[in-house]
Amino acid sequence: MTAATTHRAGPSGFRISKRVLPYVLSLPALLVCIGILIPFLTSVVYSFQRYRLSQPWARQFNWGDNYISFFTDPKFWNTLKVSLLYAGTTVVLELLLGLAIAMLLQKRSTLNNFISIMLLMPLMTAPALAALMWKLMTNPGFGVLSYLASLIGLHDFRWASSPSTALFTVVLVDIWVYTPFIMILLLAGLRSLPTQPFEAAALDGVPRSFVFFRITLPMLTPYILTATLFRLLDSIQQFDIIYAMTQGGPGDTLTVFQVEAYLNFFQSTNVGRSAALMIILWAITYFLSNIFIKNWLRLRERARGQA
Amino acid sequence: MEHTSLIERILRGLALTLVVIFFMFPILWIFMMSFQTNETILRIPPQLIFEPTLANYTALITGKLMTAAGTLDIAFMRNLWNSVFLSVTSVAVSLLLGVPAAYAFARHKFRGSEDIAFTLLSFKFAPALLVLLPLTLYFQKLGLANTYIGLIWVYQLICLPLILWIVRGYFEDIPADIEYAYRIGGHSWFATFRKIALPLAGPGIAAAGLLAFIFAWNNFVFALVLASADKQPVTVGALAFITSSGIQYGQISAAIVLSITPTLALALYAQRYLVEGLSLGAVKG
Repeated sequence: MTAATTHRAGPSGFRISKRVLPYVLSLPALLVCIGILIPFLTSVVYSFQRYRLSQPWARQFNWGDNYISFFTDPKFWNTLKVSLLYAGTTVVLELLLGLAIAMLLQKRSTLNNFISIMLLMPLMTAPALAALMWKLMTNPGFGVLSYLASLIGLHDFRWASSPSTALFTVVLVDIWVYTPFIMILLLAGLRSLPTQPFEAAALDGVPRSFVFFRITLPMLTPYILTATLFRLLDSIQQFDIIYAMTQGGPGDTLTVFQVEAYLNFFQSTNVGRSAALMIILWAITYFLSNIFIKNWLRLRERARGQA
Repeated sequence: MEHTSLIERILRGLALTLVVIFFMFPILWIFMMSFQTNETILRIPPQLIFEPTLANYTALITGKLMTAAGTLDIAFMRNLWNSVFLSVTSVAVSLLLGVPAAYAFARHKFRGSEDIAFTLLSFKFAPALLVLLPLTLYFQKLGLANTYIGLIWVYQLICLPLILWIVRGYFEDIPADIEYAYRIGGHSWFATFRKIALPLAGPGIAAAGLLAFIFAWNNFVFALVLASADKQPVTVGALAFITSSGIQYGQISAAIVLSITPTLALALYAQRYLVEGLSLGAVKG
């Protein structure tokens, strides 16, 4: 009997029952998960408190006050406006540009493949470092882009240091970094499309615009949706580029959600307001990511099917 | 294929040239700046032809910068080492935690498995500061503030979802029958995992690891919030460098070049897997 049990234990000396095994395997990942959920819940609690690091004695629950005060707070509306404007502009421009480049590179050739790999380089550059690169190039003293702008008559173009062009400048950096992301996803999508509809259309002499709007676009829609939502989720939370470039300035021109929360926390040490801002941003991303995940799952199923 | 007229081909070529110039120019320009002295950089119009100098790189590597006002210490090599150490260790920890979990999610549909997998995925899309700001206060209490362990733990937010979801897909692609056959031969699940599943998913695991490394390396906000100067990676260090040294543009460019080279090189090496990794397995390249 004892011998039989020992034998059953197998050569490795122990045997974990089949039901427990998956839990054991995923337990470490699960623990990390929980470790991250705790600060998340703490944020929720903070957002309902009057909590300033400079006045720890005055810390108390004020329930919805942080949120209610947003309604009459022009700084909050500015944050919401700039964040949406930034996300909207970058995503639309990157989508149009990314689609155009993907279509230019669609045909498989050595040159096209080489270019598409080269275009990945901005995407692999850390966004914060990309912002520094552009900062050097737009320096009013010696920046090459400032010089080029002066050649076409824009003599005092201040790029990120003027409130009127700061948004344009950070959007430009965002486009530089992230257009390749949309391009590479749509290129993979374009190249995976079945060829028959296009051959049939060419045979029938269908005009190109018709092919684009009635065949290419509809078939590419799942890819476009996934790429767009991916970018939208990222872009509305943009911090690196804006912080490295202007730290939210000049003034409060570029205080998007995460930058504003960061400044609230570390400069005005207003933890309560900072947490409330993050909860609102989280609500927006949660809503977007739910739509996103449905789409992403569908696409993933399809990719698995093709594998 | 369809016929293309000469005008169209010229237009396409022109458009592609503009695209390549726009996306390549900044990298090329900073690369050139890193081989120039401050005098040539400050010259207007900007110089295309100049005598290249390695002075910026030697200043960074020796950590001593000679300026008119005296010698300035630069800790950039320290930042570079921090980047290497933080990224490598974070990815290693992520692989240790994530690969077994990915296998469990792929092979066993147990209760709550999808919920856990999706919770992990949702971390990738939640605002980083939502978690980071309370963490700074916790870290101070726990003694984790400005430690490598604390940073590596937080870096799991970046690496773990990526590894879990990409590797899970690779495990799902392995036919379960191969594993059954091996187990019927009297091998334990661990032997099956080690001898069959791991080698077959190997390329996927390697690709996921490389991508996680790139993302960890490129991260900015985590270390900005949680690390002080001696633990900061290059992304934060380069920004601090600009603020502290002010006008040493040549050195700053050289620092940027050194900071972006590792990820660019890895990306070129792993480009075959990038599409799949960037879309978390949604699109195959």
